Amino acid sequence: MDYGTTYLVLAIIFGLFMAWGIGANDVANAMATSVGSKAITIKQAVIIAAIFEFAGAILAGGQVTSTIRKGIIDVSDLGASPEILIFGMLAALLAAGTWLLIASFKGWPVSTTHSIVGSIVGFAMVGIGMDAVYWGKLGTIVMSWVTSPLLAGVISYMLFRSIQRLILDTKEPLDNARKYVPYYVFLVGFVLALVTIMKGLKHVGLDLSTNESVGAALICGVLTTLLGKYLVSRVRFDPNADRDFHYANVEKIFGALMVLTACAMAFAHGSNDVANAIGPLAAINSIVSTGELSQKSPLPLWVLFVGGVGIVLGLAMYGRKVIETVGSKITELTPSRGFCCTLSAASTVVLASGMGLPISTTHTMVGAVLGVGMARGISSLDMGVVRGIFMSWIITLPIGGVLAITFFIILKTVFG
Amino acid sequence: MASKNYLTGLFGASPVAPLQSHMKIVDECVSKLIDLFENMAAGNIEEVEKVYQQIAALEQQADDKKQTLREQLPTGLFMPIERQDLLDALRTQDLLANRARDIAGIVVGRKLQFPEQAAQGVIDLVKATVDTCHQALRVVNELDELVETGFRGHAVHVVEAMLAELDDLESETDRIQVGLREDLFAVEKDLYAVDVIFMYQVIGSIAKIADDAERVGRRFQLMLAK
Repeated sequence: MDYGTTYLVLAIIFGLFMAWGIGANDVANAMATSVGSKAITIKQAVIIAAIFEFAGAILAGGQVTSTIRKGIIDVSDLGASPEILIFGMLAALLAAGTWLLIASFKGWPVSTTHSIVGSIVGFAMVGIGMDAVYWGKLGTIVMSWVTSPLLAGVISYMLFRSIQRLILDTKEPLDNARKYVPYYVFLVGFVLALVTIMKGLKHVGLDLSTNESVGAALICGVLTTLLGKYLVSRVRFDPNADRDFHYANVEKIFGALMVLTACAMAFAHGSNDVANAIGPLAAINSIVSTGELSQKSPLPLWVLFVGGVGIVLGLAMYGRKVIETVGSKITELTPSRGFCCTLSAASTVVLASGMGLPISTTHTMVGAVLGVGMARGISSLDMGVVRGIFMSWIITLPIGGVLAITFFIILKTVFG
Repeated sequence: MASKNYLTGLFGASPVAPLQSHMKIVDECVSKLIDLFENMAAGNIEEVEKVYQQIAALEQQADDKKQTLREQLPTGLFMPIERQDLLDALRTQDLLANRARDIAGIVVGRKLQFPEQAAQGVIDLVKATVDTCHQALRVVNELDELVETGFRGHAVHVVEAMLAELDDLESETDRIQVGLREDLFAVEKDLYAVDVIFMYQVIGSIAKIADDAERVGRRFQLMLAK
């Protein structure tokens, strides 16, 4: 391959930039509910995000990355010209990046994930042929874009109703909050650990049986609960705070435990969204290093590392400011609501990551917020945003596709 | 990168706090009626004039507040309370302040002095009405608790108990009103007829404030029932 190193360097640069963009912009949406409800400070949010986005990317980012890399399109027809896939993946990165820049400038609810998937499909249809797209698999992915916000909504609705029943609607909400809330974070530890152990640790070289995995995940869940109990025991109650608003101290308990759900959310986001940046890079790396189209070689850890580093860089350079802005505007969300939303969104996203489904973290969060709204838990929600999300489902695929085709033709002319 | 964020767009401004602060102003406005009638009975015309100005200013404040809240409630908002219930509650609250200002206007404009036999009765009626208003404010102040609990459970029982008390307070104003009308009837033929007409009108208006305070509570009952 003539320009092998050039292609790889380009892919790393584009991939890094994409990851940087995710760190700068998208992470804010994952952390905003926690910052907005004042459960954690901005500084804490940045530290949590940096650690857990990175951990999520490395430990649980492999499945979705492999979907982006080889799960959407079939490249076996390309035969002797593997460069086509290289151009295509580079074009997809450029196209998704461009579309996201436009969308975030305009404030449209467009998802990074949808853009990259649309771009890859667009390039494949034109660059390889209609048959090159795994339409069935694409259908599953697109369905998951609808089902993930729905699932998060259902989970958050049920979580919130159970919190109402066990805590908020009782005569002694404070005692009950102290008693029950730590058990909710069991879910955080269990789901995260399960997905990581079953899907992620292969990359690190650890392979456990299903029973062992579930057992280890249960232990993680229990440990998280104990940590939760410890955090609750540290909360300082102020009896005066309850004079005007009787739930001030109850909210404090939820606030204390949101540190844990915020970690989970950052982890989930890293595990799903890192693929958008490094999936194409992984595909290109495989061709350049083996000289073959077959994407059989395992995903090298350094590729996930590039994604993790990119996200953390974006977060450190620009993300802090965005988290501050977004968080300062979500002030109507109290910790109990934020707790439900983050918990259900994080669980949904991590599950999707484990199944290798690239979904939109932000849309999932919107679904979770609406779920609490359905339980009459939020004083006012603007449904215009939801309409915008429906629109973005429809237009992002074609636009990403058209942009990718344009970049693909340009790259092919320059290098080919 | 001047990016806008759509997640923040999802959260509308909460109507709860503005509705509560509107009711607080209204309650303050109605409470001034006690001052007004007591000064009138004592013959401090200058003081009465001053209180009237205060009532008018508070009524204006409530009006402005009502306007801002209405503007921040476009259709397409998804709220735990029906938009219509909220607007009705707001309108009823505002009506309390309007009536207080009208009553004060009549008292000042006509230098309305109730006869000795009815003077204490009027002040009692005003005080009982202000109590009803205070109770309505207490109910409105529970709205953030209701939203917190999602309109379920213990907070609902607390509010229901408050509403029952509101009903009792309103019945008390009815009882006082009947006695007051009897007292006035006993002496009305010795008074200037036009003044008497306005006295009855003022009594009626004060009682209406209590009625409307109870209606504010009723709106909340509807919100709870959904």
